[in-house]
Amino acid sequence: MFQIPDFKELQRLVDDAGEAELRRALQATHVGINGLAALLSPAAEPLLSELAARSAEITAQRFGNTIQIYAPLYLSNFCVNSCAYCGFSAENKISRRMLTLEEAEQESMILHDREINHLLLVSGEAPARLGVDYLEELARRLRDKFASITIEVQPLETDEYRRLFEAGITGVAVYQETYDRGIYTDVHLAGKKCDFDYRLEVPARVAAAGMREVGIGALLGLADWRLEGLALGMHAAWLRKNYWQTSLTVSFPRLRPATGEFEPLVAVSERNLSQLLFGLRIFDPDVGLVLSTREEARYRDGMIGLAPTRYSAGSCTAPGGYSQPELEGEQFSVGDHRTITEVCLDIKRRGCDPVRKDWDSTFQVG
Amino acid sequence: MLTIAGKTFRSRLFGGTGKFSSSLVMKDALEASGCEMVTVALRRIDLKNPEDDIMSMLDRQRYLFLPNTSGARDAGEAVRLAHLARASGGGNWLKLEVTPDPRTLLPDPVETLKAAEELVKDDFIVLPYINADPILALRLQDVGTAAIMPLGSPIGTNQGILTLPQIEIIIEQARVPVVVDAGLGAPSHAAQAMEIGADAVLVNTAIAVAGDPVRMARAFAQAVEAGRTAFEAGLGKQSRRAEASSPQVGLEFLR
Repeated sequence: MFQIPDFKELQRLVDDAGEAELRRALQATHVGINGLAALLSPAAEPLLSELAARSAEITAQRFGNTIQIYAPLYLSNFCVNSCAYCGFSAENKISRRMLTLEEAEQESMILHDREINHLLLVSGEAPARLGVDYLEELARRLRDKFASITIEVQPLETDEYRRLFEAGITGVAVYQETYDRGIYTDVHLAGKKCDFDYRLEVPARVAAAGMREVGIGALLGLADWRLEGLALGMHAAWLRKNYWQTSLTVSFPRLRPATGEFEPLVAVSERNLSQLLFGLRIFDPDVGLVLSTREEARYRDGMIGLAPTRYSAGSCTAPGGYSQPELEGEQFSVGDHRTITEVCLDIKRRGCDPVRKDWDSTFQVG
Repeated sequence: MLTIAGKTFRSRLFGGTGKFSSSLVMKDALEASGCEMVTVALRRIDLKNPEDDIMSMLDRQRYLFLPNTSGARDAGEAVRLAHLARASGGGNWLKLEVTPDPRTLLPDPVETLKAAEELVKDDFIVLPYINADPILALRLQDVGTAAIMPLGSPIGTNQGILTLPQIEIIIEQARVPVVVDAGLGAPSHAAQAMEIGADAVLVNTAIAVAGDPVRMARAFAQAVEAGRTAFEAGLGKQSRRAEASSPQVGLEFLR
């Protein structure tokens, strides 16, 4: 199983990374973990535009001048976990709602009509209400209407992932939130999510179940972003070695204002986030990098072509929010309020093709 | 002229549709390339939608449509995708790609052979994308594929023909056309493929992500033509040392 080194050890890797290692990482075809440490180190900050140039070159070479478009569909904001940073956290007094299968279908048809082909189903973690049966039935109802359907829900068991794969789910996103064990314990106050090691094993289970794609990620604003980046790189590299048939994506959601009193524990600037994106791209040319509507339109526009390969658009983070935009109960407030069409137009304006469809449901047996 | 499965082509450059900054740039680049066969990833298009951004830009009178199964992990997926594409009006031609490793997108030889056999029986015109393995090429032509498409180097790498010795053997042995596919990063690479006797080349990334895709497409077209002409004209052999233009070999001993 994947083991994450202690953050003190990761810190040493960053501290030891010198100018020479950094220069090598900017030239090399294969950048190892020491190279990634150098790219994420403070020493790389003055060279941010060089990192950007190298990252842009690799991104164009591997993915072309394209950005894949997806949209999230929030199914439920019920959650049994108590997580200090999250609007869905169990003790928060928000209006809770779980969509019925029919309502979820209706919401998805709104996105379908907006020409969304890549759908991400999201929910809080409340398995007794929203379990694998619900997801399986929903996947079967939606599979012919979407090119790919991924989920971001509570961790499941391998045979459950297998069932969902057969029902038409193509991939699973499950974020560690933070790879710093100590901080993980501090911010996960109650619920099954408290178990750091259990969660760390989930991406491997997803891959073992045959899913096409697994998404890993860290919530930025909890622990040192450089070390989170290094941990993500290690996790991705381990998954590649052990599950070579599985595609990987990485997300770096920065903490957004949400219900609750939580303030980010560490500041992560746009320059920091950019360095992280460039570093990961140079480290792993093939990884899908996701930049969601948590970030502002100005920043997302600026990053087009530099590293990210997937943008969400027109997102609403409250269950039922597409049919009732006035609805409350969102996970976080988004930073980019443009419509899907507007996002796509701005991508085009920057010389990139907003790709609406890059998968096909017929890959999987129905 | 190049003939594949009874159809003739004036151009020996085949195009692709991925990675372009817009479908308009793609259309202009394909036109400038003069190509008559274009491959399209089935995963990328919606054959049932007449307004599909790629398909609506491709004049199917002008280009032979060569759908590909990129993304398929095994023979079963590739075969299923092929049948669905044909049922939706995708035609009989198929670029068979079985690429279980999403990172390198290198083709799986075992699954490719299995899928090819099945698809040929189902009356598809199969052009399999393979690693430059001469024996696999022979096995594929034996099961009835219409051409062989060995890679020059891993897709998207622009490294040119790193598999030169194997490609030369494939060309020497093949009864069906050999199309060098993947890794051709510069017109000189394409010219080299043609000079050694490849029947055609397929180029996508190098054109799509070029500073000016339209001019790059034209450059590739010229290189392919030059390389082919050189091949037909008969290239001199290469040598590691200088040789006199009019060699004198002492044959005085002959009676």
